[in-house]
Amino acid sequence: MKRTIPVIIVSVVGTVLVLSVFFPPVQTMGEDFSLFFDIIAVFAFFLGGGNLVRIHLVKIYRKRPDWGFSVVTLVGFFVTLLVGLGKLSVTGVTASVTAPDSFLQTIFVNIITPLSSTMYALLAFYVASASYRAFRAKNREATILLIAAFIILLGRTPLGMKLTGWIPEWLSILQIPNLAVWIMNAPNLAGQRAILIGVGLGVVAMSLRLILGMDRTYLGSDND
Amino acid sequence: MTNIGVYISLLLIFGGLLAILIYSLKGRDVDRRIIFLFVLFSVASAIIFHIEFEESATPIVKKVFEFVENLPPESKILISFDFDPAMKPEVHPMANAFVRHALVKGHKLYLMGLWPQGQALMTETIEYVLKPEFPNAVYGEDYVMLGYKAGNEGVLNVIITDFRKMYSTDAHGTSLDSIPLFDDVKSAKDMDLIFPVGGGKPGPKEWILFVGDPGNVPIAPGLAAVVAPLIYPYYPRQAIGLLGGVKGAAEYESELKKNYKEFENVETPALQMMGPQTMAHIVIMAFIVIGNIGFFRARRRKWQEGN
Repeated sequence: MKRTIPVIIVSVVGTVLVLSVFFPPVQTMGEDFSLFFDIIAVFAFFLGGGNLVRIHLVKIYRKRPDWGFSVVTLVGFFVTLLVGLGKLSVTGVTASVTAPDSFLQTIFVNIITPLSSTMYALLAFYVASASYRAFRAKNREATILLIAAFIILLGRTPLGMKLTGWIPEWLSILQIPNLAVWIMNAPNLAGQRAILIGVGLGVVAMSLRLILGMDRTYLGSDND
Repeated sequence: MTNIGVYISLLLIFGGLLAILIYSLKGRDVDRRIIFLFVLFSVASAIIFHIEFEESATPIVKKVFEFVENLPPESKILISFDFDPAMKPEVHPMANAFVRHALVKGHKLYLMGLWPQGQALMTETIEYVLKPEFPNAVYGEDYVMLGYKAGNEGVLNVIITDFRKMYSTDAHGTSLDSIPLFDDVKSAKDMDLIFPVGGGKPGPKEWILFVGDPGNVPIAPGLAAVVAPLIYPYYPRQAIGLLGGVKGAAEYESELKKNYKEFENVETPALQMMGPQTMAHIVIMAFIVIGNIGFFRARRRKWQEGN
């Protein structure tokens, strides 16, 4: 029973969602199921929040390595939750959490934004180091990849046009920015479309297996 | 003074790269911390000394710009803020430039987001771009903020047939029925253009798959550079054009400045970021060249030793 009911739910919902695309009378049911999904998605926030608190409380209680970071996480979580739910602002309580004077917006602009941007920006350093080590013309394929990377790197900056802007109009395809666009529009496009079609077919096959109840791995193992 | 700074920085960077090339020719590997230092220095010098380049729009960006230009006034444009602060430096400038362009043309804006962080970012756009630069724009009549809704593709699946089923109110709790902008809007199909800005999931790709294609609504995605190649397969039929990364945003900003005198002095963060990006790209390319020279030297030495 524990496994049969979820399989029936998946089969019914999956079938209705597929039919709703092709048969207008079933369309309303498809929309309703989408709405059910949205309602369930909201509960994921509660589960996620609860799980975060539980894991970090256990870590602090047992004084596991780096438990100090868990204290920071929990303080950050509860402070943000408090100012968000209370709609707190400099003037007391604000009409909206998105108001510019609300503490939630202040936390977002002054803490979350710079921290997230910094973490993302660190990628540039690792990309530089990885490019130095990985982009070696070891064989024909690697050489093609290297040349393509070079053209894209140059084409994504104004330097590309500065270097090859002198090439006459009738040979403008050889200008680096145009070459970069060609790489994106021809070889990249062909590869991406092939992958997309392959993935699409895979999704159809996988969905069918789920709808027909042939694949039950999402329910976990029998021992659970 | 700035010029001297630029020359000194360039001299230091290229001098340093030359020294590393010589070092590498001796068969030594470059420590990654040296590479980090070069990236830091090149980016910092471009920021400090305002190294800037002129941009001109590529056809793929121009198509988006011209589409907005050719829309009749009071067209309905939906902008979806599907990104978080990590992606903000790359894609927020394009959202801001697009808002400027749409409002100066007299179009109506519907702002929403599929990412929770998107709501705070659209608030920034409203507070720091829309309100100061377009003081006559009236909330509810010229623009509306629907805010964030949980549910990813599920949200799109519903708003393609009925906005009110998903959004009973706007982000401020006002019923959609009392907002003039929704008088003749039932679903996302009533939009004249959708500009989803983002780079993750759900994002511009989902907008194409769940709204643009089935609803026959023109989509002009604004993307983080890493995902731009994934959206090319949808261009030009499902996506009328696309803005990819800082470069796409800079091209849009430059096009806006070129065509509208009132935007000559507005902030153009993407154009400013092209300097540091160019310098970083130069350094990365230099290191790739150095790496390959070292690699071929080592291979030749090994081959000679073998003989």
